[in-house]
This record gives sequence, structure tokens and C-alpha cells, in this order.
Amino acid sequence: MEEDIDTRKINNSFLRDHSYATEADIISTVEFNHTGELLATGDKGGRVVIFQREQESKNQIHRRGEYNVYSTFQSHEPEFDYLKSLEIEEKINKIRWLPQQNAAYFLLSTNDKTVKLWKVSERDKRPEGYNLKDEEGRLRDPATITTLRVPVLRPMDLMVEATPRRVFANAHTYHINSISVNSDYETYMSADDLRINLWNFEITNQSFNIVDIKPANMEELTEVITAAEFHPHHCNTFVYSSSKGTIRLCDMRASALCDRHTKFFEEPEDPSNRSFFSEIISSISDVKFSHSGRYIMTRDYLTVKVWDLNMENRPIETYQVHDYLRSKLCSLYENDCIFDKFECVWNGSDSVIMTGSYNNFFRMFDRNTKRDVTLEASRENSKPRAILKPRKVCVGGKRRKDEISVDSLDFSKKILHTAWHPSENIIAVAATNNLYIFQDKVN
Amino acid sequence: MFTRGLKRKCVGHEEDMEGALSGLKTVSSYSLQRQSLLDMSLVKLQLCHMLVEPNLCRSVLIANTVRQIQEEMTQDGTWRAVTPQVAGRAPLDRLVSTEILCRSAWEQEGARPAPGLGDGHVQGPVSDLCPVTLAQVPRHPQSGIWELDGPQENRGGFHKSLDQIFETLETKNPGCMEELFSDVDSPYYDLDTVLTGMVGGARPGPCEGLEGLAPATPGPSSSCKSDLGELDHVVEILVET
Repeated sequence: MEEDIDTRKINNSFLRDHSYATEADIISTVEFNHTGELLATGDKGGRVVIFQREQESKNQIHRRGEYNVYSTFQSHEPEFDYLKSLEIEEKINKIRWLPQQNAAYFLLSTNDKTVKLWKVSERDKRPEGYNLKDEEGRLRDPATITTLRVPVLRPMDLMVEATPRRVFANAHTYHINSISVNSDYETYMSADDLRINLWNFEITNQSFNIVDIKPANMEELTEVITAAEFHPHHCNTFVYSSSKGTIRLCDMRASALCDRHTKFFEEPEDPSNRSFFSEIISSISDVKFSHSGRYIMTRDYLTVKVWDLNMENRPIETYQVHDYLRSKLCSLYENDCIFDKFECVWNGSDSVIMTGSYNNFFRMFDRNTKRDVTLEASRENSKPRAILKPRKVCVGGKRRKDEISVDSLDFSKKILHTAWHPSENIIAVAATNNLYIFQDKVN
Repeated sequence: MFTRGLKRKCVGHEEDMEGALSGLKTVSSYSLQRQSLLDMSLVKLQLCHMLVEPNLCRSVLIANTVRQIQEEMTQDGTWRAVTPQVAGRAPLDRLVSTEILCRSAWEQEGARPAPGLGDGHVQGPVSDLCPVTLAQVPRHPQSGIWELDGPQENRGGFHKSLDQIFETLETKNPGCMEELFSDVDSPYYDLDTVLTGMVGGARPGPCEGLEGLAPATPGPSSSCKSDLGELDHVVEILVET
């Protein structure tokens, strides 16, 4: 990878390429595929939109490939559970790509209850010259056929088709919050609030339950599963996080039901910071393995933490995302913002981590230099191809020009979902119903 | 805001009185704030049950918060029935003062002990032998917030029309509150228990878990009034959303 990943550049040189304003619906998940060529978004209306990066043309080597819409399809429809008299939302909670093994692309998309495997393939040729049908597809009168010919494939306009190849349904009583493809490429897991199931891609009518934290007596329930992910290289290892701020690492070789964890990660509580909101803000909203597989990153309400798999008693790094909210927790509890689930992502080399905040701000932390930056995803504040200006929130006292005070933050503009290209400095940021794609400046 | 209604002191006495009164003020404002938080949490839980698809994680977190407040109030000995004058107070005062609730004075209360976690929480790293499920955790005698009529899984929906909720709050004895939540799958609370701290005894109902609590004082009539106060809360929040 010849790309110069100069970490200094990351702080203040992101360009904005396009704003793909999908006004229709709120984006609920964003994910690059393994090469970064494709970017998938899922929205609240159950739709998936896939963007593809343009091939860099030879004439303009310095013009980075831009992302254009490649395919759009309706992945999930609203359903009604007649037994419980409940509506099942069609909102796409997560999308995960499978590694590419042939010309077609495969991805998993899930709503609260059902996981689907979609095949996205291109068609740029069509057969012509059928004997029994004419060019419009109408059947020919056999009596008029006097010669036989062999149909040939002729080029046609590129058509991208998405077809559902598997539907994995009826395995979750509670809401699915995570899916994760195993490194064996044969299995994947789906996690809901209380259980985690292991699936084989080929088998839709069975799944193995590998974690079950449902208490025998539901009234004793005090903890739920919030996120889960497979290790990027070890197909027997996975982690899941909880609403109490703990992470459990499990080894599927140990037993069929992984109720006993192999490792338990928890940071001791800081008694000086204790309040009635301590537990709520410690609830982990996202957990991600580093690409190396050596670290895990967790996001709770106010911080992002990096843990070394070899050290369970505390994280090795803690980054404050928006600590100025600590004194506002009661208001945030009242308006429910304290329950917002922010995601977090690693860059390709695991040197920078990124997560979202309010007011359409998102934050990046450089793990090596310990520098951080706050950027804003909004059309008003950045023109196309302009460099993003770092933003700053002023906590108290005099507010400098260009700073924004905590009380002026717009809590309805939250960036919950972001994605980072697997190898380049290209990021995708979902701000409500707008998708922003930023690229590192080209010299 | 909480000092509304207090007579203005004359200038000369201010400094003398302040010292004496400030201690009282901060303690009582903490209790008021804590009570507000409790009320807010209860209303949130109520609204949870009115939603089509309640978010289990959110419900569990709110319920744990209620439990924490309850445990602290129990330790303080302040866990008792809502007094009539408090019940008669305008509901707005209790919920709206978020600025005061977030004031750092609350969290800086030196005198306040850290809210006890009780036995209901698993402390520290769990050993290998202790499975994740919480079924083995000894049930805290005071954690009677969750009451169930019996295994009610997968029964009915969470659809509760506004009318049903209001009807229950207005006409029925608060002791029947559990009927409101009897068909929910996720944990719920005995509203009456939380509000009045009534121990099981003369009154029927699933209150066994609260034997350890201080005996209750005023009877159900006062809690009725507070429930009607809650009614205004619910209406206000629903109208806003």
C-alpha cells in the first residue's frame, strides 16, 4: 500500500467529496466491504444502498475515485408478529460484507428479527437469438420456425441485481443488535439482547445457540448483551459486551454453550465519579476488534476505550469523546439521549480510532501521537472539496470565536454510524439521513 | 427553584441564617432531586410499556437506576410513603428542574455516601466458575421492584392505549397497578410498592420482597393522590412527544 498514511494529515485535511442526500430515510448502518471498493448503507425504511468507487482514470491519476450509487434494494419489509401483536421494524440494524470469492458480492443485512444474505451481481450481457421466442420475448409460432440458430451473448447496459439468497429467520426472541462473519467464511453469528446464535451460511432452518444470559426468572434480569463480534483471525474466538460495561471473550472450543467466558474485561469503577447515571453511561454500545486482532475497542456514552486482550483488569487507553456532557447527564437522561448507541471504528492500520458525537460532530483519536480532532459533517459548514475545519466545544468561561458552547449543541443531530475504508484514509459518516464521504487530501 | 415560597430574609440576618439553613437546604434539595429522578424513571418505565416494541436494554438500565435509588433511600431511612403535601405539589416542579438536578452540587455532596450497590450486583470480575446468567445471584431482600404474576413470557403485546393507562391510574386502587403490567414480557415494577413502600401484610399482592423495608406510614389514600399527580406527568410527556 503506497498510500502515505501521515497521521498529521488526518487531523485537518479531510476533503468532502459528495453529500449523498438520501432525504428519504435515516441511515442506520454504514459498512465498507473488505477491499473498500463498495460502501453499503442501510436505513430505517429497510433499504440498502450500495455505493461503488469509480475506477481511477488514467487521465486523472490524482483524482481519487469517487463513490457513486451502484445498487439499491429493499432488504426488509415491515412485518407483524401476530402472536405477540407487535410490529417488527424494517430498520436495518447492521450490514456485514462477506469476503469476495467470485464475481458477485455477498452481504448480510439484518433487522430486529431476521438476517438475510444478499447476492449483488452484475449483468452486462444478455442472450439473443432464441429459437422459440422473439426479441421481445413473445413466443413464436412453431410453424414459422424454419431454421435453428444458437443463441449468443451480446453486451447490454450494465445492470446490477440484488437477490436474496438466504433468509435466517425465527431464531431471535429479542432484538438483534449485531451480526459478525467468522474468519472461516462458513459461519456467522447474530446477537440479540440475551442470546447469541451461530449460523452456517448454507443452513437456514437451524442455528446453534452459543450464549444465553436469559435468567430463569425474568424479573432478575439486570444485564443485556449490547454488541458482539468474532475475532478477525481466530475462528473460535468472539467477544460480546454488556449493558454493565463489561466485555467477555469466549472460546467456542471450550464448550458448546459459551456461558462461561474465557476472559472477562472490566474496569474498576472510579468512586469519585459515581452517580445514579454511572451504570447507564458505562453501558457499552459498540465493540470492535482491531484489524490485528490484538486489541478491542469499546464505546460507552462518554468514552472510547482500547483494551489489550492480554489484560483484563483495565483498558490500556481511554479517550474522552465529549466529557463536557458529564454535568448534563440528568438532562440527557430526561430526553433519552443518554441511551444513544454510538459506534466506533478503527482505521486500516489500527493507529487512529473514530467515533461520533452530537451536533453532527465526530471525533478522531490518534493512538500514537495522542492527538485528537473534532470535525463536523454538515453541508452548511463545508463546501465541496474544502478542507474540514477542526471544531471545538467550549466548556465554560469565555467562548472564543468559532467555538460552540455546550448549551448550543444540537442533540438531535447525532452521528451514531461511521465507517473507515480498510486501507485508505476514506471515511463515511452518516448524519441522520445524509451520508458524507471524506477523503484524505491528495498532494 | 426549590426555594420558591420561602420567605425572603432581611438583609441583616442573611449571613447568620445562611450557614444554618444551607446545610438543610442542600440535604433536602438532594432528596428532592433524587425523588425527581425516581419519578422520572418510573414514568419512563411506564412509557416503555406503552410502546409497540420496548427496548429491553433501555428498560433494564432504567430499572437498575430505580433500584439504585430505592436502595439508597432505604439505607437513608427515607424510603417511606409520599406525604400528602408532597403529593399535592404541582407535578411540574418535580420533573422540569433539570438544571438543578444536574448541578454539580449534587454530585459533590461530600456528606453523601456512595449509593450502595447492595448484593444484587455482581461485584468485581467474575470467576471462571460463575456463569454469566444472574440466576445464581442471591436475590437482594430489598430488590422487590420486579414482580411478576407468573411466567408471562410471550403473552400479549405491549399495546396499551392511553385510555387504559389513564383508567387504571384514576379509578383503580394503586395496589392493582400490577395488572397494568401483568402481560408484559420484560421486567416491570410494582408502582405502588415503589411509591409507598408498603410492605406485604394486610394488602394482597406480590410484595413479599419488601419485608426488609421500614414499615410504611400513611395508607393508600395518599399514594392515590400521588398517582394522580403522575397522571399529569404522563400526559405532559406524551403531549410533548
